[in-house]
Amino acid sequence: MAANLLVPTALRGFTDRQAEIALEGGTVGALLQALVARYPDIGPHLFDEQGGLRGFVNVFVGEANIKGTGGLDTPVGDGATVMVVPAIAGGAPGQAAPR
Amino acid sequence: MIILPADMDALIRSEGERAYPYECCGLILGPLPGPSGGGPGDVRRAARLVPLENAREGEKRRRRFHIDPLDFLRAEREAVSAGLEILGVYHSHPDHPARPSDHDLRQALPFYSYVIVAVEKGRARELTSWRLSADRATFGEEGVEIPG
Ligand SMILES: [Zn+2]
Repeated sequence: MAANLLVPTALRGFTDRQAEIALEGGTVGALLQALVARYPDIGPHLFDEQGGLRGFVNVFVGEANIKGTGGLDTPVGDGATVMVVPAIAGGAPGQAAPR
Repeated sequence: MIILPADMDALIRSEGERAYPYECCGLILGPLPGPSGGGPGDVRRAARLVPLENAREGEKRRRRFHIDPLDFLRAEREAVSAGLEILGVYHSHPDHPARPSDHDLRQALPFYSYVIVAVEKGRARELTSWRLSADRATFGEEGVEIPG
């Protein structure tokens, strides 16, 4: 099973500037492990110490966010396009909402 | 350094004023800087802005912004089809200085330019730009050149 993984510009510094990488794996988790095996430096930007996806990392299979389809266990069909999408967030100093 | 054409500088400011007292946010597209694909000191030129809805709900939008991942994915596709890349993010700080907050730092990604415009009592003021250091510990300010 091979799928194409699309890497956002912000993380291409860890993939020899590759934007699209063909990887083997039947699930999103397996695919990302294959990515980290090839480019170990990207690992800490994707996974936390417990092996879970970092909060600012989203993964889409086609147009579906894996948060709604089984997370890292989401199956990846042959030839599917999987995209790592950074969650962009921030704000001003202080609490999210004034009391 | 980031080169921000005058009409884009004006658009970020007017988006900040329009969203006040909430935060505005959007993406900055442009060609990839340099043959090496950019580095800490690269000079990049903004070619297009993609204003987006602040996906935070209700009053949280006063101090926080969040870009819907699906909006980001669509902007990435728009960029690629135009031969561009997402080079950065802009957002406003209503009634706060144009300096990154601790929250901005925690959420930041390498490579991107983080443009911040301060909006004081509804009027856009200082506009700055920042990049995350390689060790994720700090933001470094970068120059903003507005040709004109
Ligand atoms: Zn901020």
